[in-house]
Amino acid sequence: MPRDEAVVPAPVRRNGSSRAAALAAAARRRRRLEAVLPWLLTLAALALWEVAVRGFAIPEFILPKPSAIAASMVKWWDPLLQNSWQTLMTTVVGFAAAIAFGLALGTAIGSSSLLYRGLYPVLIAFNSVPKVAVVPILVIWFGIGSVPAAITAFLLSFFPIVVNVATGIATVEPELSDVLRALGARPLDIVRKVGLPRAMPFFFASLKVSITSAFVGSIIAETVGSNAGIGHLMIVASSRFDVPLVFAGLVVTAVMGVAMYGGAQMVENRTIGWATRGMPAA
Amino acid sequence: MPDSGPARSARQDAFVELDGVEVLYGGDGGTLALRDASLSVAKGEFVAVVGPSGCGKSTLMRLVTGLWPASDGNVIVAGREVDGPLSIAGMAFQNPTLLPWRTVLDNVMLPLEVVVPHRGRLRRERAAYEAQARDLLSLVGLAGFEQRFPWQLSGGMQQRTSLCRALIHQPALLMLDEPFGALDVFTREELWGVLQDLWLARKPTVILVTHDLREAVYLADRVLVMSARPGRIVAERRIDFARPRRLAGTYAAEFQAVVQDLRDQIDESRRGDGQGAGDAA
Repeated sequence: MPRDEAVVPAPVRRNGSSRAAALAAAARRRRRLEAVLPWLLTLAALALWEVAVRGFAIPEFILPKPSAIAASMVKWWDPLLQNSWQTLMTTVVGFAAAIAFGLALGTAIGSSSLLYRGLYPVLIAFNSVPKVAVVPILVIWFGIGSVPAAITAFLLSFFPIVVNVATGIATVEPELSDVLRALGARPLDIVRKVGLPRAMPFFFASLKVSITSAFVGSIIAETVGSNAGIGHLMIVASSRFDVPLVFAGLVVTAVMGVAMYGGAQMVENRTIGWATRGMPAA
Repeated sequence: MPDSGPARSARQDAFVELDGVEVLYGGDGGTLALRDASLSVAKGEFVAVVGPSGCGKSTLMRLVTGLWPASDGNVIVAGREVDGPLSIAGMAFQNPTLLPWRTVLDNVMLPLEVVVPHRGRLRRERAAYEAQARDLLSLVGLAGFEQRFPWQLSGGMQQRTSLCRALIHQPALLMLDEPFGALDVFTREELWGVLQDLWLARKPTVILVTHDLREAVYLADRVLVMSARPGRIVAERRIDFARPRRLAGTYAAEFQAVVQDLRDQIDESRRGDGQGAGDAA
């Protein structure tokens, strides 16, 4: 076979570039659709809700219409804003403490098999205690106010962080730590250079779980023993049978939860792109 | 019992010396990985260790680098009894074991952040060290890939990066545990050449563990044959082909004869132990 037959120019090249453009356009359309889809679904669900409540004539104190909830949000925007700010602050304080404590304890447990065996069962026992039951005790200790709420948010959210960070560090491939140990690395070097970076995807996964738990914690505490916050507002509203306002509280809480989740997601995409091989994590 | 095996050719200038070493995994009644293993490697020598799988070759690596203690016997490296991890060793394994959150360049420079004389200087002399790393990468044909991440590279390129990482701190001792075992034949043979060039340029002492006899004969000055578990060195063979060796040479009759000879010795060592536990990995 003559050798120069292999270098005949491919006749499809020009065709190929227009096809590439078409593929790129299709990908763009798909990305746009993916971006608006959650909003469309939410709107559709709200519309269905509105129609159902009107159609079946459900009384407002059982299930208010979305339009009534919106009206209530407009009417009570000032107390909603103030109380949600209060809830956000206690949650953020509790959550920040959970991150600091969770990272420290998770690192310690993950890098020492002694602590792993000794502390892990104790932690699990602690986590099995229903935290709601602790809130009255916290109120006795710290009085009515933001402190029990922040502590409850902390108590509910630190455990997933500890477990995930510990798992990430404890499951470092032995060969990977051998590479460093054979260089004379100290245990702290291995944790810093391999353990912690490797645990970061686990850490961010746990943040998404525990940010929701933190909101649950602070709102529960506010319903039990507080005179401010969304939880308190919802208790007061439900005692007056102002159900649209209760739902308005729920909406505000959901918005705050989603915003915090989005923040965690943004930090995650910036810091651990390597774990998803350059693709943004869902 | 005094072993009269050919491996006991202890010399004055030995850089790595094992003397009657025994390694027991899992405490009393555990697995005996090495028994009465003795060998000595001269400074700057390239030694390959071959043997049936599960014979304790990897144990040998961990032993010499101080990652695992000997239950009995002496391990001496660079004139000192090994009692903990060495910092003069570079290691590469069958898996490239690169850190996926670091670029190729940062992966190669990892040892510099850990090994004692360099870790203090790295911050001040970063540019000089980085130039060294880039030189090393271009030596193995990875120029232009410094800012890529390991997962963006092919298996062979990852393994080259791993070799660079093992060499960046200019270790006196290079320990390679089947570094090319997971690669396809073409990449593997290409990397033999790369490794030979690196060795000829710097002349570290190399201990290469492999189950590929052609690889061992192509690369090494001396091939040691290990018996089935519990492993010990049962035979050794000096390889005197001129350097640099060429890949074409591996198809020459005298090369094939050496390989065949080694293969026979391994078969013998498996039969000799009467258990043929070839698959006890």
